[in-house]
Amino acid sequence: MKVAGVIVALLVALALQSTIAGLRIGGTTAVNLVLVVVVYGALSFGAAGGLVIGTVGGLFQDALAGGIIGIGGFAKTLVGFLVGWLGAQFIVSQPLSRFVMFVAATILHEACTQALYAVVESRGFRLPYSVTLTQALVNALVGVVAFQFVERGPQVLARRRARSGSLGRRHF
Amino acid sequence: MIELQGTQPLRQRTGVLFVLVLVGHLLLISAQVQSGAGVPVLEAVTFGLFSRVQLALAAVVDVGRNGWGNYVGLRGARAENEILKRQLADLEVRMQEQRALVARTGQLQQLLDLQQRTSVPTIAAEVIAGNPNPGILSVTVNRGSRDGVTTDMAVISPKGIVGRVVGRPAAHAARVQLLIDPAAAAAARIERSRAGGMVAGVDADPPLQLQLVSNLADVIAGDTVVSSGTDGVYPAGFAIGTVEKSERGPGLYRAITVRPVVDFSSIEEVLIVLIPARPASPRPESAALPVERAK
Repeated sequence: MKVAGVIVALLVALALQSTIAGLRIGGTTAVNLVLVVVVYGALSFGAAGGLVIGTVGGLFQDALAGGIIGIGGFAKTLVGFLVGWLGAQFIVSQPLSRFVMFVAATILHEACTQALYAVVESRGFRLPYSVTLTQALVNALVGVVAFQFVERGPQVLARRRARSGSLGRRHF
Repeated sequence: MIELQGTQPLRQRTGVLFVLVLVGHLLLISAQVQSGAGVPVLEAVTFGLFSRVQLALAAVVDVGRNGWGNYVGLRGARAENEILKRQLADLEVRMQEQRALVARTGQLQQLLDLQQRTSVPTIAAEVIAGNPNPGILSVTVNRGSRDGVTTDMAVISPKGIVGRVVGRPAAHAARVQLLIDPAAAAAARIERSRAGGMVAGVDADPPLQLQLVSNLADVIAGDTVVSSGTDGVYPAGFAIGTVEKSERGPGLYRAITVRPVVDFSSIEEVLIVLIPARPASPRPESAALPVERAK
């Protein structure tokens, strides 16, 4: 069930990412929803899950972007595997630790992508720090909210239903 | 959070899968990127790696082929080596013969030059035998009475005096007593100071002594000893040897040892002076002085 959810999330993320591609900061999108899903999946399913989700999401994103297929896949595979492995080593159930993990994953992803482009295009390594940091913060925020929504959303809905049901039976 | 990893093999498989996926991505990227030469990176890298393999394989094949070729070549090498060794030995013998021929030609040339330079009549002769008696130092030459050779005729070489004809010559051979024979002697003088004396063979080293030279005479080591001609046998002025040691003697005469200029161990061609011996003359200075020309 959770796997299906991740797949759906991945597809939604790809669709949204292509939709909001116009939202750019300094030439780079302000948020990378696919990466958020990859990190989310890695934290949820471990290194193997992160690996698969990263590979699939990265390749699809590359295919949709129309660039060199494989660069995003490589970066997201690396990030997914490492986040999954770290998630198994440390306790990352708190929002703050997840936030840090999202930030670190975004920076690693951007650094890896820029390094691959530097190799492929035979140019120097350039990492736009401010844009990368902005994207990292946005990704972390979105990711933490997503975690909170997925984990606590059902409970909140259940309480709200229960509250609305009890109010409905009251008779004044 | 769902824990998928649990056992060690699972982690290892995940690690292997991770590496494989990364390599796959790299290959995928390489297939789409052109190298500097316009060739896809994947193709360039593949070709580069495969060329290494080809090089290694070619090296192995070359080693095998060369090894087999050397083995096959070695099969005939031994026989060929034997043949070549025999040919080399034959050539070395021929080379020795040629070298000896050259040396002999040189000696004959020197002899011919001496014959043309000297004013006395001479005839060339070849040493054909030594003396079987070790006590007598003489050789046999291939000229005899038919050639005008008589007893006591002087025998010389390009370097100096060799000896004299002794005994009755045969028709085509004669015996020559060497000057270093203990029984041989020749009138001589010091070329520098003209001090006279008699050179005689001795059984010592050096094999010549200059005798009958006064203690008052000026003779030093290094002086050249030449024939004086007063003995009536040897023409005057021909080199005999070099003073090696000159000391004041216990009596009236100095003790002088002389190193001969002629190498008596390797005499092959000589000249016989065709002038019959005459009685000894008291005036050796009147004779000719061809020593410089003989040198």
